[in-house]
Amino acid sequence: MANPSLTKHPDLDDWLSIGADGRVTIRSGKVDIGQRISTAISMIAAEELDVAIDRVDIVAVETGVSPDEGVTSGSNSMEESGNAVRLAAATARRHLLGLAAQALDVDIATLEVDDGLVQSRTTNRSTTYWELAAGASFGIPVDLQAGVKAPQAYRIVGHHAVTRGIEDIVTGRPHFLHDMTMPGMVHGRVVRPPHYHARLEGLDETVTDRLVNEGIKVVRDGSFLAVTADDEYAAVRGAERLAACADWDLGDGLELQDVFARLTENERVSLPVVDGVPQREEAPERYDPPADAALTLEARYERPYQMHGSIGPSTALASFENGKLSIWSHSQGIYILRASIAEALGMDVGDLRVTHVPGAGCYGHNGADDVALDAALVARTMPGTPVLLKWTRQDEHAWEPYGSCMVMELCASLNSDGVVTGWSHDSYSDTFNMRPRPGPDKIGAARLLATRYLAEPLAVPVPQPAMRRHVGIHRNLDPLYNFADRRLVKHLVRNLPLRTSALRALGAYANVFAIESFMDELADATGQDPIDFRLRHLDDDRAVDVLKTAAAHMESWGEAADGNGHGIAFAQYKNIQTYAAVGVEVEVREDASVRLVRAVIAADAGQVVDPAGLASQLEGGFIQAASWTLHEAVQYDPDGIASRDWDTYPILGFDNIPEIETILMERPASPFLGAGEATAGPTGAAIANAIRRATGLALRRIPFTPDALRAAALA
Amino acid sequence: MRAGITLNVNGKTHEISVDPATPLIYVLRNRLGLVGAKLGCGLEQCGACAVLVDGEPVLSCVRAVAEFGGRDITTVEGLRVSGELSDVQRVFVEESAAQCGYCTPGIVIAVTALLDRTPQPDKADIEDALRDHLCRCGSHASVLRAVSRLMKERAANG
Repeated sequence: MANPSLTKHPDLDDWLSIGADGRVTIRSGKVDIGQRISTAISMIAAEELDVAIDRVDIVAVETGVSPDEGVTSGSNSMEESGNAVRLAAATARRHLLGLAAQALDVDIATLEVDDGLVQSRTTNRSTTYWELAAGASFGIPVDLQAGVKAPQAYRIVGHHAVTRGIEDIVTGRPHFLHDMTMPGMVHGRVVRPPHYHARLEGLDETVTDRLVNEGIKVVRDGSFLAVTADDEYAAVRGAERLAACADWDLGDGLELQDVFARLTENERVSLPVVDGVPQREEAPERYDPPADAALTLEARYERPYQMHGSIGPSTALASFENGKLSIWSHSQGIYILRASIAEALGMDVGDLRVTHVPGAGCYGHNGADDVALDAALVARTMPGTPVLLKWTRQDEHAWEPYGSCMVMELCASLNSDGVVTGWSHDSYSDTFNMRPRPGPDKIGAARLLATRYLAEPLAVPVPQPAMRRHVGIHRNLDPLYNFADRRLVKHLVRNLPLRTSALRALGAYANVFAIESFMDELADATGQDPIDFRLRHLDDDRAVDVLKTAAAHMESWGEAADGNGHGIAFAQYKNIQTYAAVGVEVEVREDASVRLVRAVIAADAGQVVDPAGLASQLEGGFIQAASWTLHEAVQYDPDGIASRDWDTYPILGFDNIPEIETILMERPASPFLGAGEATAGPTGAAIANAIRRATGLALRRIPFTPDALRAAALA
Repeated sequence: MRAGITLNVNGKTHEISVDPATPLIYVLRNRLGLVGAKLGCGLEQCGACAVLVDGEPVLSCVRAVAEFGGRDITTVEGLRVSGELSDVQRVFVEESAAQCGYCTPGIVIAVTALLDRTPQPDKADIEDALRDHLCRCGSHASVLRAVSRLMKERAANG
């Protein structure tokens, strides 16, 4: 299978080095964002090379050093970087064994490797990788046909490994970008406008003069405002005082209308989707039930704007010296970030270097890229002084690009046997694709927040429909079920009020929520068991397996008590990655709150590399999606974003965490499948289905807050 | 506006000249180089900045350093003694009870305080101790497994 990472970086030396000091160095272009990709990659490298895992160093991802593997997103890292490193390590092993055979004057087939020690069964002489490689480059390409190990021989892959970096985390050693420091470094904060459309009229100079006298530097470029100070708290206070003395032209403020109505009423680009791919042709206007339809049902589902909500605010360190700009960032895409910042600043891309340093989990395109430009804008005004710039909690909540609101209109027809013979699904949403990818008309720069507020501002780019398979709005729009007749349409809606981009699972969370809620409703309407109903529409054995596995586990829960309900849902992420079935038991309490009692996840992610890491991605996806589903909606009004902290944007806490049983299907030797986003959609629907079974209420607008349950009960 | 303050942190005494209104976390991180406590919200809402003060968990992102003069402060760095992870730190490693890890030090502090006070906490005790701690990656289930692992170990060892 073609591997885009190896197509771009075919040379073994780009990926792997072996030092004379007994260290193995791996350069992956995928960044660790808490998903433990570096643990999985090091396991793969150690396995294929036959070295101990603690000999493997994973280099910080850096422009000019690391392979350009695009953006760390879409649950693609194992399939791209995991496979690239696997083939690189297998190529290196075979090359080193060739050298060893010469050095020891033995047949290569007699050689065995144990932690880099190479011995022949026919002699008592030995050598090591470290002697053979001696730190020299390989000078050969990665062999796409390099023989990789058979799973039966695995000693590391598929077994427990200590998560890389976890000791530093639990002991408080510097690990995060937020922890970095440099000689002469100053701390920065930005002062954002009250809302997107406000523009700076002026600053009270008596205040700014006082700030400057106190050693607080004020940076202004148009409506972009920032402060720096030697002391971090002085910067915090300085930003507060600067904000208080700023005079803003507020314009008309944010438009406040029913966004769910606007989603289906506004101007839009509508494209039919076939096999998960949008078509450049007219979308079929309406759904016509097939001739054999005995029953046709429809339902409309809604998902509000929701945020990434990183626990650590977005941060960047920037240093401008001798015309060169160095940036340390927790961006998921350092190469595209470098190109777009170069464009924003009018610099040569070769004069910029971006190095990845871990931040808090981002779950997609959050403020990481924006804050990197903020720090660069400030650093450029003070050559030689590194600037560590952090957003505040309010900056993070109010300015990150949200996961877009969505409306899903579904319609299905069943024949007299209760089989679905017609299916229609329209998804309406804003873009999920505003990462700062460079392109014509400075589009990459224009996607970075600060460029809209500079003295010479860039216009907000008009989103174009994403056309690749299962991306954006149409991710998992196409159900895996074997419905013969399907009408699928994505609608990219214009002129919506809030800034949006990629949030974990993109459209898949809401699409699967809608599809799998609707499947349960259809089963009920025709008196069918919801699991049997799904099974009779599934041809894929692996899908059947995860669904049956989760269902079998749920049997062990027994009958749900009064007030409780069991719900199940299933999806295969993008119809090509991890299969996940999620079962959940909820209790709906007297106060209309929903308690998560227990849950089961059955997942098939192909060959499992890091079982603990995989389970934590699946469980983490469940918990995050449960939070979206029960609690989360970004609130706003004409004055701006009202969800500005954790009190005004509550998320799921430790008081509502179910016992989760995660079952990983054994699929030795089958390809790695990305898993980080696989449980999001099924979780939303499983909770909706469980609430419906507990209460009889079909909740179709996320989040399912007590108010929403009470309103549904009254309706 | 600067004042001299004596801070006892992780068993060491520090004499610091600082604006006494500065929240404790900035002094720990930027003056003492103890970056274990994390700045998450600056609003006492997320728990990432928790430290132990006289054995009790305290959020350090709002309260002024002046309040902490002479008191015994323990940060997550101070839980490790002579290079050995504390039991709580160890079970977090064993259960991989972190994803990105930004919230983890605060949670380690909260669990440490809980188990010092209540060696065999029930579910309500645990939920109560972790009420102020947010995690966005969804590491909660693994954190709860780590706590339960340590409780089992301790019960088995009497």
